[in-house]
Amino acid sequence: MKKTPITLAAIGLATYASFALSEPEGDPEKGASAAAVCTACHQADGSGKHVEGGESWPRLAGLNAEYIAKQLHDFKKGNRQNASMMPFANMLSDQQIIDVAAYYAQMEPTAGQGGDNASEDVLKRGQQIAERGDWSQYIVSCKSCHGPDNRGAGAVFPGISGQHAGYIKAQLNAWKEGTRSNDPQNLMGTIAERISDEDIHAVAVWLANQSPVAE
Amino acid sequence: MIRKLMYAAVSATVMFTASATANDYASDAEIRKYIDTLTELGFPPPEKDQLVHIPPTMEDLETADIHPKLKQTIRRGYDLFTNTQQLRGENVFNNMNCSSCHLGEGRMPFSAPIWPAAVTLPNYRGKNDHVNSLEERIAGCFAYSMNGTPPEYGSDDMLALAAYHQWLASGVEMYPKQGIYGRGFPAPERPEELSYANGEKLYQQECSVCHAEDGSGQRVDDKTVYPALWGDMSNNWGAGMVRVFTAAGFIKNNMPLGQPRSLTDQEAWDIAYYMDNQERPQDPRFTGDVKETAERFDNFHQHSMYGKNSADDGELLGDHENTGGKPFLKPFNVGVPRNFEANPE
Repeated sequence: MKKTPITLAAIGLATYASFALSEPEGDPEKGASAAAVCTACHQADGSGKHVEGGESWPRLAGLNAEYIAKQLHDFKKGNRQNASMMPFANMLSDQQIIDVAAYYAQMEPTAGQGGDNASEDVLKRGQQIAERGDWSQYIVSCKSCHGPDNRGAGAVFPGISGQHAGYIKAQLNAWKEGTRSNDPQNLMGTIAERISDEDIHAVAVWLANQSPVAE
Repeated sequence: MIRKLMYAAVSATVMFTASATANDYASDAEIRKYIDTLTELGFPPPEKDQLVHIPPTMEDLETADIHPKLKQTIRRGYDLFTNTQQLRGENVFNNMNCSSCHLGEGRMPFSAPIWPAAVTLPNYRGKNDHVNSLEERIAGCFAYSMNGTPPEYGSDDMLALAAYHQWLASGVEMYPKQGIYGRGFPAPERPEELSYANGEKLYQQECSVCHAEDGSGQRVDDKTVYPALWGDMSNNWGAGMVRVFTAAGFIKNNMPLGQPRSLTDQEAWDIAYYMDNQERPQDPRFTGDVKETAERFDNFHQHSMYGKNSADDGELLGDHENTGGKPFLKPFNVGVPRNFEANPE
């Protein structure tokens, strides 16, 4: 095992991996106080909010800590662009980022919003995209990366079941339009490019209706 | 309603025609659109006179005019194919699902679509030097790719898997004379030199985010998200994927997921070569001596690193008795010959 870090350094592997290796443990209690600035949008229980017709705020409760930390770093570095988030991310030190991430990660996940009023046909199509994909358009299923029941796979592929429809839609559109590109190897970007607006809507509302945790 | 159409399109400046099988489940226009989607992704268009077939989907099954009991059987086959891990410890002893290698539920061209097996078998197979049935072919995947032992011939699970294959072949004639578009994992042209070092570098850059630095893949809640590419939980040394050209063909046409044809031929081959220089469970055809086994099955192992010295550390690959998660070496279907010598050739 000793040679692994050397090999990694030698081949200049994405900074992410080396960053993850050296990641210290976050302190959820310290995170709670640092997160005071987050609650206006992400809510005290980390539930965020679906805002119909406006900017939705993602649920953070129960997301993978390393994933949250990476997003905050990316906002700070400008690798992920969002006018609302940037000033808040900039206020956080590297240690506070880790603490805030640990704070939200240990929270009980809450239900997704924005999936009401969707027709049966739309939900059926959303389920197909999420669980099986549509290979006739080379759209692979969400679950092939986001894991069983789309509840996340490791630090790189976040849980998307029970996330708010408005947020999922906004992110898929951002990838499609090229305004979000902080995924590894453009894995999400290449797929988002091929998804129609109708299918983005369908998959977003279906995922919002799913439980973020095993029931 | 089964008919033929001559599919004609302009690809770059080349006119090509291919024979497409329109059936109850895919119209001519859908076939054209499908080919356009594939060629836009960088897949080659069909060659002259190649057979193009779009298999029916599971949605088509719901509306198909077939007996409900058959639908049930096909659904079971689909379920086994996409979640083969439900047979873990019984027939499957690694982290693989059928759909780990046969992407798109076994329907995708260039990802070893499974329907051709249903219309080309029984047929002679070089791997075991006799005529194989469809069930026997499926059994081979269990013995090698799943590092396991097949469901019994004629069992419910075997019937269900065979029915799913045959359902996907709906509308295709038996023993088609034409070549089949996108059959197998078509290998790109082999470059003059293969580089282990470049393969390792590329693997860590392009593949490890999903398949892990040590090739072990990733599981969540005991379910496979990313299959293991080598090691105890991967396919054994007898699986088709250990032939470097097969792995290169898979990688070139299917990886990274969602980005087919994005790696150069050299890159695909180098990554395949790197993977094949890693250890994995013993070939179930093992005689007790790796060199002897490699020689006996030279028609297969001439394409793999089995019985050769690792390009990494010089160790003899496959020189071990490790059968991975499987508590035995040889499943019932390996090394069983057939002959019809009483019948004239």
